Amino acid sequence: MLPTPSTSHVSFDRVYEPAEDSFLLLDTISSSTEVAFLKDRFSNATTHPPLVLEVGVGSGVVLAFVAGNADNIFGRHDVLTLGTDINRFACQAASQTVQTAIASSAQPSVFLDVVNGDLASSIRHQSVDVFIFNPPYVPAELPDFSRHDSYNALPAGKKATTFEQDSYLLELSYAGGEDGMVVTNRMLAQIPEILSPNGIAYVLLCAQNKPEDVKKNIRSWGPGWLAETVGSSGKKAGWEKLQIVRIWRQTSG
Amino acid sequence: MKLLTLNFLTCAIKTCKGSPASFPLHPRDSELEIIETDINLPFLKNILPRLTWDAVRTISTELGLPELPATAPTREDLVEPSSTSEDDAEEVPTQVAKDLHRLLLETCVKEGKLVCGCCEHEYQVKEGVANFLLPGHLV
Ligand SMILES: C[S@@+](CC[C@H](N)C(=O)[O-])C[C@H]1O[C@@H](n2cnc3c(N)ncnc32)[C@H](O)[C@@H]1O
Ligand SMILES: [Zn+2]
Repeated sequence: MLPTPSTSHVSFDRVYEPAEDSFLLLDTISSSTEVAFLKDRFSNATTHPPLVLEVGVGSGVVLAFVAGNADNIFGRHDVLTLGTDINRFACQAASQTVQTAIASSAQPSVFLDVVNGDLASSIRHQSVDVFIFNPPYVPAELPDFSRHDSYNALPAGKKATTFEQDSYLLELSYAGGEDGMVVTNRMLAQIPEILSPNGIAYVLLCAQNKPEDVKKNIRSWGPGWLAETVGSSGKKAGWEKLQIVRIWRQTSG
Repeated sequence: MKLLTLNFLTCAIKTCKGSPASFPLHPRDSELEIIETDINLPFLKNILPRLTWDAVRTISTELGLPELPATAPTREDLVEPSSTSEDDAEEVPTQVAKDLHRLLLETCVKEGKLVCGCCEHEYQVKEGVANFLLPGHLV
């Protein structure tokens, strides 16, 4: 078992607290099959350092896990980590989580930043080698974004957030609209653009997201696109409550 | 926000993505700070081919930092010749490597703006966090 990053500095009143979904991502990315897959693609130490992008970092627990255990996962420690989140408080919290994890790692990797933005809209095309997303996946009405700007910072002249503000910020972390897929579908549409030719993506889905349909849809993006479930939890009567889908392109040759 | 991060970012507006002018974003009215981190020489050697050197030069000039050479350093430029070794850990960084580390990973934009050369949109950086949210995103 690789160490789980500390998130004790994070205020879970307004930033998503690591839960079963977060831990499923950690377990899947560090599973022997995924480590073998990642090492096969990226461990050649003379190639460029892989860029890991996590969208929706929340507390930063997942990105920090990758940054802190880069050597175990990739077989090299010159790995770059970058994050985004729509919630500015999460951006600040996650930066600290990643930096703390790197500081306590014997083989420090290289952390870039966490930027405040919508999905991967500010990321250069074809630059991401490993993409990770634990989306807001619960079928629940999307929050009312009209007050995002005012809720995304401390109220003017105040030192604390309001209760309404915190509720809004937490809603952003779970509410996924119809089938819980509205945000995920927007993200899936960006994946072919941001991935490098060798790039792969890990996206978490829940049973209500209709994962079989989602995978079928990804396979129809074009020749070579693959999507497989590579981790799952909460098996009940043949139903996986949560699963991680790996998305990648078959490299020709 | 580190200057190396700018090597991976562009304007968030869809119609700008195709335009070469949307990269790099141009820092404006920046307040810089130095945040020291340990140098990672194998990383610096491997990142060279991923850097858009012209963009690194442009950003550095726009920030009023010392002018960079027209071409990127080579892997050899980063390692003290006497220390070249099979084992990365034995290698000693040159001044070129230390300067590159300082520029890419220790020089941070604390406050300021990042401006798209295509649409002129200004993205704010506050307390080191860049904000790429657009009003249109939130509908
Ligand atoms: C389920 S939480 C996952 C948090 C963390 N990655 C984890 O696994 O514990 C979803 C995260 O996505 C963020 N998020 C929601 N919508 C987003 C968007 N449009 N762009 C970027 N991040 C978003 C939320 O603020 C929240 O931090
Ligand atoms: Zn633009």
